[in-house]
Amino acid sequence: MSTLIKKSLFAKLLALVKDTLTSQVVSLWKVFRHLWVATDTVQYPEQQPYMFPRWRGRIILTRDPEGEERCVACNLCAVACPVDCIALQKTEDEAGRWYPEFFRINFSRCIMCGFCEEACPTNAIQLTPDFEMAEYKRQDMVWEKEDLLISGTGKYHESNFYRVSGKAIKGKDKGEARNESSPVDVRSLLP
Amino acid sequence: MAKITVDGQCYEVDPANNLLQECLSQGLDLPYFCWHPCMGSVGACRQCAVKQYRDEDDKTGTLVMACMTPVTDGAILSIEDDQAKAFRAGVIEGLMTSHPHDCPVCEEGGECHLQDMTLMSGHNYRRFDKRKVTHRNQDLGPFLNHEMNRCITCYRCVRFYNDYAGGKDLSAQASHHHTYFGRFEAGTLESEFSGNLAEVCPTGVFTDKPFSEHYARKWDLEAAPAVCTGCAIGCNTSPGERYGSLRRIVNRYHSDINGYFLCDRGRFGAHYVNSDFRLRSAKDSSGMTLSSEEASIAFARDTQKRLIGIGSPRASVEANFALRRLVGEDNFYAGFSDSDYEAMQVLLNSLQDQDFNCPSLKQVESADAVLIIGEDVTNTAPRMALSLRQSVRVAAYELADKARIPQWQDAAVREIAQETRSPLCIFATGATRLDDVATLRLNASREDLLEAAEALFVRLSGDSPHYREGVTGRTMQAVEETYAALLAAKKPLIISGVHAGVEAMRLASNIAKRLAKIRESSCDLVLLAAEHNSVGHALLLEEKNSLGSAFNRLKDEGCDGLIVIENDLYNRAPTSIVQAALKSVDTCIVIDQIETPTARHASLVLPSTSFVESANVLVNYEGRAQLSFQLSPCPESLKPVERWLNVEGSESTESLIRRCSTELAPFSELDKCLPHPSSVVPGAKFPRMSHRASGRTAMNADRNVHEGKQTLDDNSVMSFSMEGIQPLRDATVLGSSWAPQWNSNQSISKFQNEVNGALKQRNSEIHLITRNSHLDYYPSYSRTEGQSDEHKYLLQAVQQIFGSDELSARSKPVQSRMSDCYIAFNVESAKQLGATTGDSIELQDTGVELTLVVRADVPDGVALVYPGSSATGLSVNRFDLPKAAQLSRLDKANSEYGLGVSSLVVDDRVDVEVTTGAIL
Amino acid sequence: MNWEVGSGLNIASVLIVVIVIAAMLIWVERRLLGFWQDRLGPNRVGPFGLLQVVADMIKIFTKEDWVPPFSDRFSFVLAPGIIMIVILMSFSVIPFAPGVGVINSNIAVLFVLAMASLGAYSVMLGGLSSNNKYALLGSLRAAAQMVSYEVFMGISLLGVVALAGSFNLREIVVAQENGWFIVPQFVGFVIFLIAGVAESHRLPFDIPEAEQEICAGYHTEYSGMKFGMFFVGEYLGLVLISSLITVLFFGGWHGPLLPPIVWFVIKAAIFIAFFILLRAAIPRPRYDQLMTYGWLFLLPLSLLNLLITGALILL
Repeated sequence: MSTLIKKSLFAKLLALVKDTLTSQVVSLWKVFRHLWVATDTVQYPEQQPYMFPRWRGRIILTRDPEGEERCVACNLCAVACPVDCIALQKTEDEAGRWYPEFFRINFSRCIMCGFCEEACPTNAIQLTPDFEMAEYKRQDMVWEKEDLLISGTGKYHESNFYRVSGKAIKGKDKGEARNESSPVDVRSLLP
Repeated sequence: MAKITVDGQCYEVDPANNLLQECLSQGLDLPYFCWHPCMGSVGACRQCAVKQYRDEDDKTGTLVMACMTPVTDGAILSIEDDQAKAFRAGVIEGLMTSHPHDCPVCEEGGECHLQDMTLMSGHNYRRFDKRKVTHRNQDLGPFLNHEMNRCITCYRCVRFYNDYAGGKDLSAQASHHHTYFGRFEAGTLESEFSGNLAEVCPTGVFTDKPFSEHYARKWDLEAAPAVCTGCAIGCNTSPGERYGSLRRIVNRYHSDINGYFLCDRGRFGAHYVNSDFRLRSAKDSSGMTLSSEEASIAFARDTQKRLIGIGSPRASVEANFALRRLVGEDNFYAGFSDSDYEAMQVLLNSLQDQDFNCPSLKQVESADAVLIIGEDVTNTAPRMALSLRQSVRVAAYELADKARIPQWQDAAVREIAQETRSPLCIFATGATRLDDVATLRLNASREDLLEAAEALFVRLSGDSPHYREGVTGRTMQAVEETYAALLAAKKPLIISGVHAGVEAMRLASNIAKRLAKIRESSCDLVLLAAEHNSVGHALLLEEKNSLGSAFNRLKDEGCDGLIVIENDLYNRAPTSIVQAALKSVDTCIVIDQIETPTARHASLVLPSTSFVESANVLVNYEGRAQLSFQLSPCPESLKPVERWLNVEGSESTESLIRRCSTELAPFSELDKCLPHPSSVVPGAKFPRMSHRASGRTAMNADRNVHEGKQTLDDNSVMSFSMEGIQPLRDATVLGSSWAPQWNSNQSISKFQNEVNGALKQRNSEIHLITRNSHLDYYPSYSRTEGQSDEHKYLLQAVQQIFGSDELSARSKPVQSRMSDCYIAFNVESAKQLGATTGDSIELQDTGVELTLVVRADVPDGVALVYPGSSATGLSVNRFDLPKAAQLSRLDKANSEYGLGVSSLVVDDRVDVEVTTGAIL
Repeated sequence: MNWEVGSGLNIASVLIVVIVIAAMLIWVERRLLGFWQDRLGPNRVGPFGLLQVVADMIKIFTKEDWVPPFSDRFSFVLAPGIIMIVILMSFSVIPFAPGVGVINSNIAVLFVLAMASLGAYSVMLGGLSSNNKYALLGSLRAAAQMVSYEVFMGISLLGVVALAGSFNLREIVVAQENGWFIVPQFVGFVIFLIAGVAESHRLPFDIPEAEQEICAGYHTEYSGMKFGMFFVGEYLGLVLISSLITVLFFGGWHGPLLPPIVWFVIKAAIFIAFFILLRAAIPRPRYDQLMTYGWLFLLPLSLLNLLITGALILL
């Protein structure tokens, strides 16, 4: 029994020496060699990195091809937001469109996860490659709709929610959305 | 009990029900649309298909619709069977072919039964490439939005609106995939229960319009269990709050009271809390705004004086109790008018009498003969009218039982019943909204009605009544028929109320007592109080302290001051008396939520909280004290009445309730309506917000990006945040129901012991009144013989569902359904006066002018007067009206600033020019 | 002004140079680590980022000098002072070059070991006085680690002392004129190297301040210049251990052509760089692994080394 322990202890020590020589020394050498490997660092801001179009940076609200606000204040972005940094209130214009009365993103809380964009059924909220959003005052990181809304369509040029959904708005009557037949005449006797 | 096996699991179920209902009772997830727990099955949607097997050897099985299949002992079923699942997925795919892809702009989104069921059935991609059917929408008035494209033709709306609630202006039109649910022409839905369509519709065809105007998703709404302040029924509601304002009211299930439905006054009337009528800051006599501290100091200075207090039936028990403590019980006076106070005494007596049983609404639904004396239930306690509509179906259920048709087979039961109805006898002046289901109508002036009721009592006593000369055979016949119906009934019910007057209530008590003697067991008697805490207020009063005695005391002794809580005295006594009383005191403190004419005369006005901003206990017509929880943090300028009155040792509502229960005998059990301590985990609370509430770090970021601490609620078991024990199936306090996969209000079945049964969590309530006395009969009624002037009309006050209640009359959506004060008489009288609907009528010698509504069913020589509301439109003080008056038509146009009478809904309205002889 | 061991000029220049080098090491380490991790490291402030140290100093001096209200104020303030003083004291006996040094002591080796033991107090006091559970855990680990490794550190040196026949570091250097002690004392060198790393709790033996486990350990509560003293103290320790290795095993200032002081600096710099490479390459062992390794492997090995050395000398 005691020899067994001694043996195993000795084996342990041997393994330790071997390990030190092979593993540790080899890794020291391998890391040392990196002195001659070119660095990956990009010298921002002199050297501007290429930002991929689907980079998750500054959040914008876009407009549909007709130039109207795409956001219909459905609240899905707000509920998808893991840090609860989106707050908005629905209201309605005389055309029957829903739109946000206010739309607020607290960028001091935002983690740029892009869940809001993923949740958005109208492609209104989009993340852009802009990441230069630092402010000296935290209060300045609270963005309202006026700050978020852009004049263009963003990444998705064709998307137009009201042309697909069945809700009638001014300029698009019942039956004029995609794949719709004209409204039923209830008083007709025809099948 | 029967045993069934579902997917290999054995369950004990009730054989009287269908499979769907029992599966849901067992907590199983089975999709459905057309079935509704209150409306039975029609098998229209085919969504609840399950596999049923003959025996254990049967491996093939057959598809059955669970809602149309009775439970049989030993049945073997499968919900998870592949064929059943494929069938359900196919059905939902079919239902969705024309659904308009507008969930983001749909108010139902996020609490939509159709969304839930689509997910549950597994349909997720539209394969149907043909065109969608579209429909035009209708404007359905101020309460509901209409979006027909979303319809899946489950027929729930018409089954509720027409079959359940007795509406006549909604119908299913056209056929097959053109089916349209709407009115014949656009216009306001007339039923008093139309708001329920928003909850009954499994998708977004009917949605809450006032809610849509300041919309928030269900998950964002802070919810707490509340009690409706619209009338004396005390329906349970679930108000929703977002960004500090009340957004909507939805039904909160209570098995004994409101069940699944609310009336429109309750649903839309609560918006008064956001209105401009609210008092939001303290003011002194000069109208100067005072800060909360200044107001407290001013109040403390005033309370050094000798004060008398006038309580209120619309203030909570705690508020009245606090005032009683502050001024002393001898100086605490009733907030009822003297006639109402007398009536309230009758009501309180009836609640203590062992001969009576005061039924809950659920019990009302099972009454097999009902007599209503003088009370217009639809306009004074609307939710009870809906229950009365169900009571007439008792006969239909008896027929169905005889034919061995289960009661949940809705279409079959209606088919076999046809027009068979249990007796519903209405003794009322003018048409009521229950006339269409009434088996007997006695339409006469109040005195004649009382005489008929007295005759009925005499008849029940075994004597033949002596009819006065001139009494028509119709009356005698009505008495006889009612007599027969009541005697034949197993569960007769007598209804009257404060609005019908003290005489009617006494007669109702007498009749019920006589019936109890005949039946040798207690008889159901409902005496309806007028307001949501009438009973609670009356229980706190010394009997002699009527409002009139308070006015006398002010006149005779002269007091230093007066405190009025949540009461408009102009609604309780004639204008001249109130004015004299208010003038006779130097100090008049008014504490109220809303701006009232009384508050305008006060030397100090203090703003109190509505049911949204503070907890309160309200006692309904049965003597059931219910706790209504605070919904949202109270703004700093407001305080609950009891906090203003600042009784020592009453820091919280809870401590005040406990104090009340130790100090006052009638309230000795009041503290039991507080959540039981054992149900509360120490240190943990029940959240008012859903676990998925959004925007926490952004909603206040425009004011300050540094997020403050969540407002703490030290007074209750609930928290203002989403922290705490989520209200899952057995949570103690259920503000708003939600269960995994069940985002809509249908999730309530997860919280019920069984479908239509009690909630697993007890309700925060207690019955205050124990029946321990046998009172004598009230003295028999005899007509006060006045010299009847042929040219004079007897004036009778009537109520309107939209307008007669002080609080709800200040809600914007309700105001769009309100009318000016009006006078109504029949076509004959209109011809005599040469007047027509919309004309101005003057009550001679009083100078009061009223708009005329010609109502065909008003008896001769009677004019009904609706006094209007002080909130908006034209109104009169009903106590200023004489008993009878001569009428004359005024040759002048209607006042321009009034509401008019066009939005008034009464069944017997005649709008056509009658002077030309055209009679409808 | 005379330029000999113990002169005022000597003392001043040793003090200044050692502290400046320790401060510059902050920059050196970050740049070297950067290169080894395929990055650039701090290169913005001044040429090649050299003024990074200045920026860091400005930052660290202008930070709020906060003493936690729940701490023991006296020992909290004392702790970072101890480590600075103790390590600077150790430098007094280091023979940098002929004529360069603070004192010429006959018990220099013992003095260095004694000062190293005192250093344990700084860490323990810092951790205990912080009244913070992470700091407490850190100081417990530090105490155990430093006390353990001091033992082998001392024993591993005895071979060198025996060969040179003196505790005087200058004499030890002189004794290496014809051959560095690394050759006869290779085992002793390895043990001293490992013990030295552990003693200065540098990576991979930074168990007392393991950020990922115990949130910076004994200096969790420190900020501002008090933290800076711990920080600089660590780099001073690094310079000290490198200097000692140079003196004890690599012939100190001995070398051809170049002046002695340059040889000393070159040799010490190589070891400093080696320590930084250790940090870049080797992950941190577990606490129990460290103790087992020390007591079950290093202790017998160092005793064996001493035994053989002694035997060889006697033979």
